[in-house]
Amino acid sequence: MSMEYYEEDVPHVLAVDDNIIDRKLIERLLKTSSCRVTVAENAIRALEYLGLKENQQQSQFNGKGAKVNMIITDYCMPGMTGYELLQKIKESSMLKDVPVVIMSSENIPNRINECLEKGAERFILKPLKLADVKMLRCQLTKC
Amino acid sequence: MELNHTNRQINVTRNSLFEQGYLDEQFTQLEDLQDDVNPNFVEEIVTLFFADSMRLIHNAETALENYPLDFCKLDDYMHQFMGSSSSIGAKKVKNECTQFQECCKVRNADGCTRAFQRVKQEHATLKRKLQTYFQV
Repeated sequence: MSMEYYEEDVPHVLAVDDNIIDRKLIERLLKTSSCRVTVAENAIRALEYLGLKENQQQSQFNGKGAKVNMIITDYCMPGMTGYELLQKIKESSMLKDVPVVIMSSENIPNRINECLEKGAERFILKPLKLADVKMLRCQLTKC
Repeated sequence: MELNHTNRQINVTRNSLFEQGYLDEQFTQLEDLQDDVNPNFVEEIVTLFFADSMRLIHNAETALENYPLDFCKLDDYMHQFMGSSSSIGAKKVKNECTQFQECCKVRNADGCTRAFQRVKQEHATLKRKLQTYFQV
């Protein structure tokens, strides 16, 4: 078993996307930008990882969730959408301050505004590029 | 001498894929993500793309055999296919997927069938060309 040592200031990013190619791409982009990455294939899995069950009230946050510095999620996902995931995160007293970035292949102004008004940090158009991720990384470490 | 010739061949093949519009700038992004630690990233993600897209093609084919057509489902498959194509820079495949989606939006069954043939054609052509590229 290999032990990986992460420096204190290496951001941990949770990436959520139902598309297997996009998950591979985002993971490589984030790792290239010196981030620790966890990927989830849907919003429910993401919430479970964060320690927030879908049907739980705020007060029932189980405290066993992983700590992440940023969540980056696709908008269009089956089941719970990225927007709904954003809502759940912003409604949670434990998670509301975690920056959430929404990705989408569609440039729909209403959608973008909706997400930003709900508290998304940023809305990024796919396909994702290294410049996009480096910009986010910079924001996280306030460089 | 041998190595120079091979490198030139790889470059010629690669450049022609861009010039002929099979690949776009996003493919260059993938190449930039490849390094000594991850020397096979491009081939890995491209292989993954072709494996996953076969699944989508099969699903779409099945859906196109069931009448009346479920345009929502077809649009969903093409949305995923379009997304993957876009992420690896498969320009022509992406464009054909978008055309298919346009047919779904207006519920044009014949249009969908024709568009799907073009999607499969471009997909097969790209697969052949990229296999050649990786073997060189």
